[in-house]
Amino acid sequence: MVIYYGYEMLEVLLTDSRQPQLNVDFTCAPGELLALVGPSGAGKSTALRCIAGLHTASQGVIRSNQIDWFNSTNKVSLTPQQRRVGFVFQSYALFPHLTVAENIQLASADNTDATMTDTLLSKVRLHGLGQRYPHQLSGGQQQRVALARALARNPEVLLLDEPFSAVDKVTRRKLYLELNSLRRELEMPIILVTHDLDEAAMLADTMVVIHHGTTLQQGEPDQLLHHPNTADIAKLVDVRNLFTGQLLQQDGRYCLAWHDFILDLDELTNFEDQQVISWTIPPSKVILHQRVRPSRGEHENPISGTITEMLTLRGITTVLIAVSDMDDVIIQMDVSEHVAVRNALQTGQTITVSLIATAIHIMPG
Amino acid sequence: MMDWQALAISLKLATFTCLTLLPIGLLIAYLLARSQFVGRGLCEALITLPLVLPPTVLGYFLLVSMDQNSFLGSSFVSLTGQNLAFSFVGLWLASLIYSLPFAVQPMLRSLEQIAPELREMAWCSGLSKWKTFLKIELPLAWPGIITAMVLTFSHTLGEFGVVLMIGGNIAGETRTLSIAIYDSVLAFEHEQAQMMSLTLLAIALVTITVVYTFNRRHGHLLRL
Repeated sequence: MVIYYGYEMLEVLLTDSRQPQLNVDFTCAPGELLALVGPSGAGKSTALRCIAGLHTASQGVIRSNQIDWFNSTNKVSLTPQQRRVGFVFQSYALFPHLTVAENIQLASADNTDATMTDTLLSKVRLHGLGQRYPHQLSGGQQQRVALARALARNPEVLLLDEPFSAVDKVTRRKLYLELNSLRRELEMPIILVTHDLDEAAMLADTMVVIHHGTTLQQGEPDQLLHHPNTADIAKLVDVRNLFTGQLLQQDGRYCLAWHDFILDLDELTNFEDQQVISWTIPPSKVILHQRVRPSRGEHENPISGTITEMLTLRGITTVLIAVSDMDDVIIQMDVSEHVAVRNALQTGQTITVSLIATAIHIMPG
Repeated sequence: MMDWQALAISLKLATFTCLTLLPIGLLIAYLLARSQFVGRGLCEALITLPLVLPPTVLGYFLLVSMDQNSFLGSSFVSLTGQNLAFSFVGLWLASLIYSLPFAVQPMLRSLEQIAPELREMAWCSGLSKWKTFLKIELPLAWPGIITAMVLTFSHTLGEFGVVLMIGGNIAGETRTLSIAIYDSVLAFEHEQAQMMSLTLLAIALVTITVVYTFNRRHGHLLRL
């Protein structure tokens, strides 16, 4: 029987001017799955290693359950053995000379408890495989063993370092679902490091974007992917339809001057007249003007253009539209496949879309 | 006629050297594999030196250092009342030096092969550094340790130059099998030389075969 303790917030605040540079600040609540996302070499894994005590930043605080694991001011730095973390490495780091059961028992505080090993194995759907050796398991099974072993210590924090990168796509999808259902039983803060934005958006409650060792924004996946704070973050989270424009104040309201267009905007604060800004609109919020039946919002920021590319993947058709009379300005629109079929969309066709004001997100710079 | 006494001396010397170099070699290999310090390169070079140095040169320096006038030699005399040079103990000390690379190198390589994540994972699982060594590193480095022991044993068994320089040729004390073979050849006792040579050949062949078989069986454990 696995007994979990009462959990509290994990607080991480680290700075380091040495290599690898760090300027990391985030919190993770009990039961929350926080994804640290960013390109390779952004410092995601270093931050995770700091939490586990495998790397020491020059300054900062790491606090779990209101106990300082690391505090540079008080010169506190607990060893990895003293911090109760469950760690799943990218390579899984299963002990190759031990069986699955022995791997798990080694990590549990009470080595003799065979029932706990069985419970954990059932939890990760590996019941009956306890006597196998790691090399006798598939990649997906190895990942499950690594997860079971990480949980064996009743960790206060669960750390997952790119745990899905070593398996094929089909297995990965299966493991996503398993982690998603397993995490509902887990009450500790969970930190997932990944460079895969879709993976983060699918699994995480909160995302933190990190680049050059610096955390740039923390927020819910939807918030972060559709309302990044800056154009740099927008690029890091790979938003489509990222453009620059200029704000104009007209009758006490802002509108957006973009090439030859003047686009209506929703209410804006903290911006100035004439300010040059970046803006974005999610491809799913670009609205197609149907030829057959006019819909609401057609008069809102209409833009015409020619379809240059169409691509359908899992029921979503991505349409690239070259805006009329403008060189190299491409708008991406995502519509359901059936919408594309019903409207007989095809390459070369001229269509009109609306960039609705409420979906336009304005960022400084 | 086989010189059984020489064979016994050889086996005793090889066994003593092996057993002594197991902890010493392991400690040196561990320190070299796990720590960064100034002069690491020089340390590795010094340990490997006996491998490339002519045995007579090594033997000469060892002989000089064991001389009654030297610190080591005089200390030994004051402790035991005996000469270090031309004694079994002297031979044993010399064997430790010239067999050191054979013990350290395989252990060092096998320790270096262990993925760093495995140690880190052990720490994150709550294992102390000592327990990590006992439960993770030692079992994984086992093939390297076996190789080191077998190579040390075989090499000590067959060494000639250093043994002749340090031990001389005292029957029952320092005359090893390889010295006895040399003696037999000089005395034109070819049959005796052949028998003893075949004995050494057989021992060498068996030990090396054991190493290869063992490494093939356990090699897969090192791969992640």
